Amino acid sequence: MPDGASQLLRLAAPAHLVVVVWSTLAYDIVIVAVVFVGALSIAAGLTWFERRLLGFFQDRLGPNRVGPAGLLQPLADTVKMLTKEDWIPPFADRALFILAPAIIIVSVLLAFVIVPVTRTFVVADLNIGLLFFLAMSSLGVYSVALAGWSSASKYSVIGGLRAAAQMMSYEVFMGLALTGVVLLSGSFDLNRIVEGQRGLWYIVPQLPGFIVFLLAGFAEMRRIPFDLVEAESELVAGYRTEYSGMKSGMFLVGEYLGMTLIAALIVTLYFGGWLGPGLPGFLWFAIKVFIVIVFFILVRGTLPRPRYDQLMELGWKILLPLSLANLAITGAIILAVQR
Amino acid sequence: MPVTQQTAGVTSELAARFADLELVVQPTADEIPTVWVPAERAREVIGHLKSEAAETYPMLYDLTAIDERTRRHREGQPASDFTVVYHLLSFEHNCDVRLKVALQGEMPTLPTITGVFPAAEWYEREVWDMFGVGFDGLPQRPRILMPPWWEGHPLRKESAGRATEIGHLQMSPERAEQWQEMLAFRPQEWGLEELADDPEIMFLNVGPQHGGTHGVVHIVVALRDEEIVRCVVDIGYHHRAAEKMGERQTWHTFIPYTDRIDYLGGVVNNLAYLMSAERLAGLEVPERAQVIRVMLSELYRVNSHLLFYGTFAQDIGALSPVFYMFSDRERIHDVTTAITGARMHPGWFRLGGVAEDLPEGWETLVRDLVAYLTPRLDDYDALVLGSRITKARAKGVGRLNTAESIEWGITGPNLRACGLEWDFRKKRPYSGYERFEFEVPTATGGDCYDRVWVRSQEIRQSLRIITQCLDQMPGGDYKSRQPLATPPLKEPGTMHHIETLIDHFLGVSWGPIIPPGEACLGIEATKGNNGYYLVSDGTESAYRNRIRSPSFPHLQVLPLLAERLEIPDLITILGSIDFVMADVDR
Repeated sequence: MPDGASQLLRLAAPAHLVVVVWSTLAYDIVIVAVVFVGALSIAAGLTWFERRLLGFFQDRLGPNRVGPAGLLQPLADTVKMLTKEDWIPPFADRALFILAPAIIIVSVLLAFVIVPVTRTFVVADLNIGLLFFLAMSSLGVYSVALAGWSSASKYSVIGGLRAAAQMMSYEVFMGLALTGVVLLSGSFDLNRIVEGQRGLWYIVPQLPGFIVFLLAGFAEMRRIPFDLVEAESELVAGYRTEYSGMKSGMFLVGEYLGMTLIAALIVTLYFGGWLGPGLPGFLWFAIKVFIVIVFFILVRGTLPRPRYDQLMELGWKILLPLSLANLAITGAIILAVQR
Repeated sequence: MPVTQQTAGVTSELAARFADLELVVQPTADEIPTVWVPAERAREVIGHLKSEAAETYPMLYDLTAIDERTRRHREGQPASDFTVVYHLLSFEHNCDVRLKVALQGEMPTLPTITGVFPAAEWYEREVWDMFGVGFDGLPQRPRILMPPWWEGHPLRKESAGRATEIGHLQMSPERAEQWQEMLAFRPQEWGLEELADDPEIMFLNVGPQHGGTHGVVHIVVALRDEEIVRCVVDIGYHHRAAEKMGERQTWHTFIPYTDRIDYLGGVVNNLAYLMSAERLAGLEVPERAQVIRVMLSELYRVNSHLLFYGTFAQDIGALSPVFYMFSDRERIHDVTTAITGARMHPGWFRLGGVAEDLPEGWETLVRDLVAYLTPRLDDYDALVLGSRITKARAKGVGRLNTAESIEWGITGPNLRACGLEWDFRKKRPYSGYERFEFEVPTATGGDCYDRVWVRSQEIRQSLRIITQCLDQMPGGDYKSRQPLATPPLKEPGTMHHIETLIDHFLGVSWGPIIPPGEACLGIEATKGNNGYYLVSDGTESAYRNRIRSPSFPHLQVLPLLAERLEIPDLITILGSIDFVMADVDR
């Protein structure tokens, strides 16, 4: 599908083309709306789903009172968070304090534009798709670091610093892990990466890369086992200790959006995206993403968290060499095959 | 009280070594050799007993005081207004010695023994806080349990025993502001003045309200990056004047208060209190009551250990184990509810036995519980102890060796984690523990991991004991028929003639009168050695009710464990030493 923005530039074209342009634009807007609303509802739905599923794992019920099976719980939570006192500590840096939760939502939502739900169902089929994703996830670091810094509270600062160090380190391994996929498919374009997996999902040739990406994904999502930035038994709530009301809610939504995004990318990069026999592409995509998300929740229900220095050690001493070796070997094999 | 062989040993040695002193030996109901020494030489005598004597006493088990000014029965004891009591313990020879120092005057002082026993610091601060007895050479910030604005010393006899005796507390805005100001953090008040101006140091107040501290405790942490340079523990937020209430409640009505000391230990607290009280009263507990007590105690031990296990896992970030263990605890509570009628605080043991006989069908309940719990323990070990992340977090963290443990008064599973196989149920069997077969799990590392491992194994041993109780439950009375058993058994005939009716009425409404004397018989409680040092003056309530709780010394050792480590380690250590703030502050 042609890129909507570039179409706009050609508005000077003959009149019969204008109709085409406007209809494409309308299609784009619909897709944007669907992805925007879809991502947000999935994030909201996940707050319910994760709690129910964790409840299941933990011998208890989870939220089951609001609506059928507790399905309206996210709505009740939203109302609660919107009506709560939205307190800004007097000692906080006001502007940054307000900005920080917005950054996380915006950067994650922007990253969604490159996710191909099907071959045609994608907001922006950028040929630098993966680079755009890495750029957006780097922006996310600003959110948690600034939130911790601007709160001017000790627990928040420690959480923010941990977050900045953790996310910046793990971005390195994430990027290196991705290059294996890029080498195999010869493109940063996610749709071409999916197409490249018609014969064989990349998880098979790229298993080490997948493992690194998965672990880095946990660190980017800041979920157990890598939730050190908000380790509640140590740092109360880490970088968002001072946040309340909907601002706190935005961090929460940002986290669930991030989880969906990482799941979607794992599916796209390693599990053939929307490819699959029989069912329509978007269903295959949805099913695969759902399975990955359930896996994330299961991990959260199982593992304790390592210490901060152990996390860094894992990154720099194990994941970095592993991803470099993966890159070198993949490159060597591709070269050998091309000869 | 006849002087035993053991008594003769240490007292004659002291008499020979300190021939210039007039040592007075006091017979006590618990047969612990009790020697009065002059204040100015106490430190020397204690130092001698700790390291030079033929039988060394390397552990300061307890240090407390008695306000003697209104005590009537002091036959044979030197004149004293305030008596400071030192209780030392020897593991090697399995014996105790008690030293007493007589002090005259309203606000007496004596030299500190922190040079001999560093663990004495908190105890001495508590004595000053509670009695106004000063210790020369004790470091700053002497109040330990009471807030800094408190006036007076609560355990002195002239201090009010009830809030209603001292008038309304008026919290004016000025006073509120003044008290707030007193609570503001000033590094020099915490002995941290040398770090106060260091720009690299950040002071972090962990608590009194914090998710990882297991109750209201305030830990001042001086951080360089995330490394803990210094750490100071501030307790007292959970102080509920249990010892003062012990002087007001009757011997009988104090029992439910003990439940609330180590609030996870339930009836184990009752047992610790009753061991001393029954010794003073000369009560013999029937065999059936003893076995019932053991069975209930072990149920509560499992309960406490399960909670510890789950919350430890939670402290290192695992979400699920705590839910599994809490639902298991609920099953244990189902059994205790069927037997005692209550969950955590049954207050079910009585002077001379237990409150009621076991209900019909208790065997099935207990047997089902044991069958249910046993296989689940293996799952928990795989989930928590088996996890590599747990090992990375807990192994080698917060190490304590046996010598340090003894030095700091560590008992119970924490001591066994260092390698000393010492369980008071084995070494000094009480309540018929000698009849049961069980092992004493012992580790060697003394780190957080071993402390958890020891407890996970102890749950299995407790289940073993419970099974033996099931199989060997003797018949007979559930309460003694001696006169001081309270309330007396109703059958046969209690309510049929006026004499027994009066007996019953007085015992329940007024309370039994326990003959004058002193006793302290520590037991293996869930967290370590718990002992009630009871002084009776021949009235219906204790003259002095001193609660020696295991959590108090266990928390005092925290800086030794946590300094030079990092914040996450502090939380791991806090989770692993298994303290309860009510047990620390009483």
